Amino acid sequence: MADFLLELFSEEIPARMQTGAARDLERLVVGALTDRGFLFEGIKAFAGPRRLTLAISGLPPKQGDVREELKGPRTDAPQAALDGFLKKTGLSKDQLRIEKTAKGDVYIAVIERAGRETPLVLAEILPEIMAKLPWPKSMRWMPGSSVRWVRPLHGILATFDGEVVPLEFAGVKSGNMTWGHRFLSPGAITARRYDDYAAALKKAHVVLDAEERKAIIAEGIKQAAFVHGLEMIPDEGLLNEVSGLAEWPVILTGQIESQFMDVPAEILQTAMRTHQKYFSLRDPKTGKMAARFALVANMVAEDGGKEIIAGNERVLRARLSDAKFFWDEDRKRSLESRVDDLKGIVFHAKLGTQFERVERIAKLAGGIAGKIGADAVKAQRAARLAKADLTSDVVGEFPELQGVMGRYYAMHDNEDAEIADAARDHYRPVGPSDAVPTAKVAIAVSLADKLDMLTGFFAAGEKPTGSGDPFALRRAALGVIRILLENKLRFPLMLTDDLLSFFADRLKVALKEKGIRHDLIDAVFSLGSEDDLVRLVARVEALQAFLKTDDGANLLAGYKRAANILKIEEKKDGKPFVGTVDEAQLSDPAEKSLFAALQMVKANIGSALAAEDFAAAMQQMAGLRGPVDLYFENVKVNADEAGLRQNRLNLLAALRTVLHQVADFSRIEA
Amino acid sequence: MAGKPTFQELILTLQNFWASKGCLILQPYDNEMGAGTFHPATTLRALGPNPWNAAFVQPSRRPSDGRYGENPNRLQHYYQYQVILKPAPDNVQEMYLESLKAIGLDPMRHDIRFVEDDWESPTLGAAGLGWEVWCDGMEITQFTYFQQVGGIECDPVCAEITYGLERLAMYVQGVEFVYDLAFNDQFRYGDVFHQNEKEFSAYNFEKADTEILFRHFSDAEKQCRELLGDTPLPLPAYDQCIKASHAFNLLQARGVISVTERAAYIGRVRALAQACCEAWLKTDMGKYVPRGAG
Repeated sequence: MADFLLELFSEEIPARMQTGAARDLERLVVGALTDRGFLFEGIKAFAGPRRLTLAISGLPPKQGDVREELKGPRTDAPQAALDGFLKKTGLSKDQLRIEKTAKGDVYIAVIERAGRETPLVLAEILPEIMAKLPWPKSMRWMPGSSVRWVRPLHGILATFDGEVVPLEFAGVKSGNMTWGHRFLSPGAITARRYDDYAAALKKAHVVLDAEERKAIIAEGIKQAAFVHGLEMIPDEGLLNEVSGLAEWPVILTGQIESQFMDVPAEILQTAMRTHQKYFSLRDPKTGKMAARFALVANMVAEDGGKEIIAGNERVLRARLSDAKFFWDEDRKRSLESRVDDLKGIVFHAKLGTQFERVERIAKLAGGIAGKIGADAVKAQRAARLAKADLTSDVVGEFPELQGVMGRYYAMHDNEDAEIADAARDHYRPVGPSDAVPTAKVAIAVSLADKLDMLTGFFAAGEKPTGSGDPFALRRAALGVIRILLENKLRFPLMLTDDLLSFFADRLKVALKEKGIRHDLIDAVFSLGSEDDLVRLVARVEALQAFLKTDDGANLLAGYKRAANILKIEEKKDGKPFVGTVDEAQLSDPAEKSLFAALQMVKANIGSALAAEDFAAAMQQMAGLRGPVDLYFENVKVNADEAGLRQNRLNLLAALRTVLHQVADFSRIEA
Repeated sequence: MAGKPTFQELILTLQNFWASKGCLILQPYDNEMGAGTFHPATTLRALGPNPWNAAFVQPSRRPSDGRYGENPNRLQHYYQYQVILKPAPDNVQEMYLESLKAIGLDPMRHDIRFVEDDWESPTLGAAGLGWEVWCDGMEITQFTYFQQVGGIECDPVCAEITYGLERLAMYVQGVEFVYDLAFNDQFRYGDVFHQNEKEFSAYNFEKADTEILFRHFSDAEKQCRELLGDTPLPLPAYDQCIKASHAFNLLQARGVISVTERAAYIGRVRALAQACCEAWLKTDMGKYVPRGAG
């Protein structure tokens, strides 16, 4: 058994692509080796700013021998067929065997291939894999060649059991050399195996493993912050990104000038994060953002980083001057005065401007407010102002601060606190982990915003497809669902059919995590009469609990049996049975008792549903289990006498109708 | 260079550096343009099989970036230093880093990084992959491997290096306000350009006659098309394309082009640029003529 080491060394790989590329490289190599019958002990893939590395341990020195039997044409087939087969197998006719099969005598070729040396196989598969490694974006750079890589490739280190595996890709021949840190260790390094490779790189100021770089950065910032009595404001996304921007991460901290500290923390943090990739720090006691930042350099500078820090502080000063300028300018105008400017912002070609949208949302929010007990005047005002910050300079510069800025500007204008909060919170929930708005005014605006978007895009024919949801309509629907359910809001959605079924699908996804069965949601949704999600979920939950009981399971079985019989007989008779039972024709005690039970239960279920007492409705259904079982035990549904048969089928139809008051049982999976 | 280089010393240093690397040192193109990429020495010479190495300063005009001389670093007229190397040398990154050293940015004292930034010019139908180069968190250069110009694939691929000269100089001189840059020992950048920024900002945002500009746009478009007719003259035609582009930029600064119209105008300039590029490739200079042959 031996080890294989591969490193693909290039110009700087975009940080966002590194992890995916390492994973793809591993997947493709594992696939190619497995296809060729190789087993191995372990595999590790690494990615960094200038290299992808793959280390495989415990590979056999050669491939296993392969014996393959190929079935050829029949012996009486035309000569051309035989010639083709011989050409394909590379054998001559006398090397073929003849075998009798059901289709007659056929030629069989037995091909025995001795397993090849592992390096030979590697040399063959690797260039193919490199050619098809799926970079999100790649480039050409060699004259006259269509070969692509993410950026120009400069080195391939490929060794098996310490020896170079000779191969070539993009004009680069493999060897056992690589290079360390661009500035700190510029010379070439030779490496034969993973262990000396990783060690040599570390000596040459390269931390190979992204996880290790992340840990170094996180720990480094923690310590640097601690020195100043501060802590890092966690930012996993930024941590991932910067770990892809430095081979040798060095943590430095700098000072934010005090003149910027009265700018809202969100602006400072966003400016530092998006433009400069700096980490924000805070006082662990107060949670307040501190006037210090942490940066991750890729350099151990000769002066200990003095110039680097000074340079970064200067860049930050310019950045924050801009941000502060925007913030100061923005507050010279009221949000109210900005509403008209929304006329100049197209929301979507088919859905008009943001201004028109705001008018719709305001109207809708007013209506919703009335239904959920919010102050309708405030809701309309909040909706009117909610998008006005889109015309502000800060949001123009940092779109992710939409809403957050609206709240600041609303407070600056002395708008009501609920209105200011709604400007921020109406966008929520932004993702699955984001909280939903809980204040009534914000809820009204948030629902109006999302419902307007959903109805608008659906009406414009811009529904999400399997692969694409460019307007994030799924998220909007899920947002509506979460707001209603988590706030237990009773609110009829009043949607078109296609939108209602879109919601049903979203609801299934949302409730799946809570362990609620999707078929039960379907069963209740398909009654078509329910667009109050809170009530719907209550009914589904009660139904699910009921079906877990003995009575529930048996009643469902009885229903299925009745429905099957009805399906067959309705087809036979060419007409549906609607459940009009002639009481006089009931003869068997079992059918009389089922009839009586249905009469009673039907009315009781009706009133239980009307009272939204779903547990009681289920209890009523439970009462049917006995009569139904008894009925099937004692009554021959398909009686010889036609009238009697009709009546008995109608009794089953009546059962179906009664149960369908609660849910469409035909959609429930047994 | 003793001490911190002045603005003009910085330019001279870059000129000497790239001349020493075998680049033609060209002069700015005498047409208003948004970026050095519009210089025919880049746009047109990036196409076709002929090798090409050139470097030049290009005054760049971005009417919408005018700030009446009040912003510390935003200008509607500024200088780019542009290097175009075709085919892209294997060691082009190292050459670039060497140029930083030449202007006093020693990579051993600074934090130099290549951060993903793919470049695209919808008006030129051009795109490439590359980075913005950061020095201590400051973007000082755009580094691009051209993949396409005028909708035509580049082969061989060239490397384009664009230094933002004012920004670089501010960094090297440690200056916060662009107008404080030492242009030479006697004059500040503001002495040379502050009045310019004030006047042109007013022109760009307030005074430019939009009717005339719309007319200039269509005239340039018409003339460009005519020049690409029976006996194509791609170089004069491309001049008209540049003029149309600048008229469009001014109209945008004047705020008279809506979002939907914007895309249409960009499409019209791109169509001109593409037609010029295609015609250029049919000229003797554009198509491959082996040295010493023919």
